[in-house]
Amino acid sequence: MPVFKHPQILIASNLTDGEVVFLGSSGWERDHRRARVARKAEEATALEALGKRDISANRVVDVYLADVEIGSDGAPTPLHYREKMRVKGPSVRLDLGKQAGEGAL
Amino acid sequence: MTAVDLRVAQRPNAPMTTYRYDEYDAAFVSERVAEFREQVNRRLSGALTEEEFRPFRLMNGLYLQLHAYMLRVAIPYGTLTARQMRRLADIADKWDKGYGHFTTRQNLQYNWPKLVDTPDILESLADVEMHAIQTSGNCIRNVTADHFAGVAPDEIEDPRPTAEFLRQWSSLHSEFSFLPRKFKIAVTGAAHDRAAILVHDIGLRIVKNDTGEIGYQVVVGGGLGRSPFIGKVVGDFVPREDLLAFLEAILRVYNRFGRRDNKYKARVKILVHEKGIDEIRAAVEAEFAAMDRSAFAHDPEEFERIAAFFAPPPYESLPATSALLRAAKLETPAFANFVDVNVGAHKIPGYAIVTVSLKPIGGVPGDATSAQMRVLADASERFGFGELRVSHEQNIILPHVKQDDLFALWSMLDAAGLATANAGLVSDIISCPGLDYCSLATARSIPIAQAISKRFSDMSRQRRIGKLGVKISGCINACGHHHVGAIGILGLEKKGQESYQITLGGDPTFSASIGEILGPGVTAEQVPDVVEHLVDYYLAEREEGEAFIDTWRRIGHARFKDVLRREGEDGADI
Ligand code: HEM
Ligand code: SF4
Repeated sequence: MPVFKHPQILIASNLTDGEVVFLGSSGWERDHRRARVARKAEEATALEALGKRDISANRVVDVYLADVEIGSDGAPTPLHYREKMRVKGPSVRLDLGKQAGEGAL
Repeated sequence: MTAVDLRVAQRPNAPMTTYRYDEYDAAFVSERVAEFREQVNRRLSGALTEEEFRPFRLMNGLYLQLHAYMLRVAIPYGTLTARQMRRLADIADKWDKGYGHFTTRQNLQYNWPKLVDTPDILESLADVEMHAIQTSGNCIRNVTADHFAGVAPDEIEDPRPTAEFLRQWSSLHSEFSFLPRKFKIAVTGAAHDRAAILVHDIGLRIVKNDTGEIGYQVVVGGGLGRSPFIGKVVGDFVPREDLLAFLEAILRVYNRFGRRDNKYKARVKILVHEKGIDEIRAAVEAEFAAMDRSAFAHDPEEFERIAAFFAPPPYESLPATSALLRAAKLETPAFANFVDVNVGAHKIPGYAIVTVSLKPIGGVPGDATSAQMRVLADASERFGFGELRVSHEQNIILPHVKQDDLFALWSMLDAAGLATANAGLVSDIISCPGLDYCSLATARSIPIAQAISKRFSDMSRQRRIGKLGVKISGCINACGHHHVGAIGILGLEKKGQESYQITLGGDPTFSASIGEILGPGVTAEQVPDVVEHLVDYYLAEREEGEAFIDTWRRIGHARFKDVLRREGEDGADI
């Protein structure tokens, strides 16, 4: 098992429209700030188990844990630039994607 | 009636010069759409798992990307009718976000389709004889061709009948839908290679032998990606009647020896590289001699039937040069620049080939809005027999424009933001989607292209620099052809940051070469500086008539490396 270094959130793509979603406390959220944060390895494993369940339930695909840091407001922000992009949308089209308030579940 | 008249009579608004589906093709495509609709339904109901569904969606050009699904639509041999272009625009508006991305594989990619909508999109495409088949997966991918096919003055024969002939042959061969890896074929019929045939799995060059007979020089084992290779000649002159059998022999040798154990090694280029071209040639020749070739006999009638679809449009007889054009150039310098840079010679007197750049300064290379697609469709109908081409440089070509009409066309394009006069210049950058869209990316590529384009926004400076291919990929898969850029840029990840490796000396034409690494990776901010220094160095060193690549070849890589090293000493951390 990989070493647990940072808090983590579970990230996935919604099956029907491909939108990026995050596992929250009551289901999948499209806003990463509402993601449930795993602060310990066991919590991350629990998130992954929920992810597997929802893969089997054909709700999401491409599910994985992403490292985050927690801001002063308590909301998680991804650490890696790839996931930083995924929570916003294309950096060359600021008028599209989550950063433009698009998408809904 | 001639073949063209017949088609016009049968179909109002008929495309003049592209392949028209017959009943078989139409049935095949609509069956595939129905089949995919069923597969999507079964996926949504949970009857298919993602693992089971994935190969089906890839076979239909549907990928899952960073922010959404992505649908890749084939534009076989890059030829498109006005009606098809309008349909692409309509789909962008109805099911996507009002734009599309033209790629180096002569495809169009939609970046935001919903899974639930894709069967409807495919149906809408099928209605205008388009599809997304063979745009992904380990099959023979859509065959690409010179985008100046049929109109270039340096052409021996239009490569598109060959490309279409091969497309039909490969679509029919289900055993080749499960090759060890994907397989890409490109065809050119011209003296200059605009189709990058030396970096495809198989490249075909139409040639004439001493007796004037037409045949093919067959090149095998080219490719980019993780291990770039220039293709090698496996057949110097393959007569047309032997072409299918010869390609079949290559595929059999590949299927027999190709490595399926390791996906990075499964490409034909690796086989050619590991065994050597002599051994491969011997194996192909032996297979060719031994096989029952009757099943692959050339069908001249079928070839002629296909070729008739590419018959030239009804050109007028015109003087070779246009007084109107000359006058308009004198009057409007911006137009004169456009003509000098984006307009090429046509084989028919009085006509011209127009490249419409999809690389406005600071824009996203290859992107077109639905409104722009409609302008292009209208322009092609008003000025170019309703035909368009997509080039692997991610631009649109209007292949038959009367010189007399160039000014009116330019005015129309200019009003739609489509008259950037940079074809082939430093800001005509090939860029893959990179980390702005692509889930495989290790770094962004579009913003790098934009930054370089802005750095060279002075168009007169660009013209002074001359032909220069800058090509950018966002990961080692090399979709942006960086290996064959005179200046190639590869986005990588280094210590959690985006980092860019620069190569020099790549060339995608008959004089093909793979670029050499300049030095350690640089940051995104440094890329435009480095490119500018390299360009300035070339300008200082170049001799009369030399393009960047020529100067680089003459004075050598080391001298250019010194430029970067010196810059590092000047304080930049590179
Ligand atoms: C955005 C989604 C895309 C994905 C997931 C993707 C994926 C890939 C992959 C995995 C390869 C590796 C091939 C190998 O080494 O076997 C590849 C190669 C290639 N792709 Fe893409 N690609 C994408 C977009 C594009 C675009 C937009 C273009 C055109 C601009 C393109 C053109 C190519 C070309 C020309 C190659 C050839 C490399 C070779 O010759 O080996 N791809 N792509
Ligand atoms: S080169 Fe890499 S980043 Fe660019 S489109 Fe291809 S797979 Fe994606």
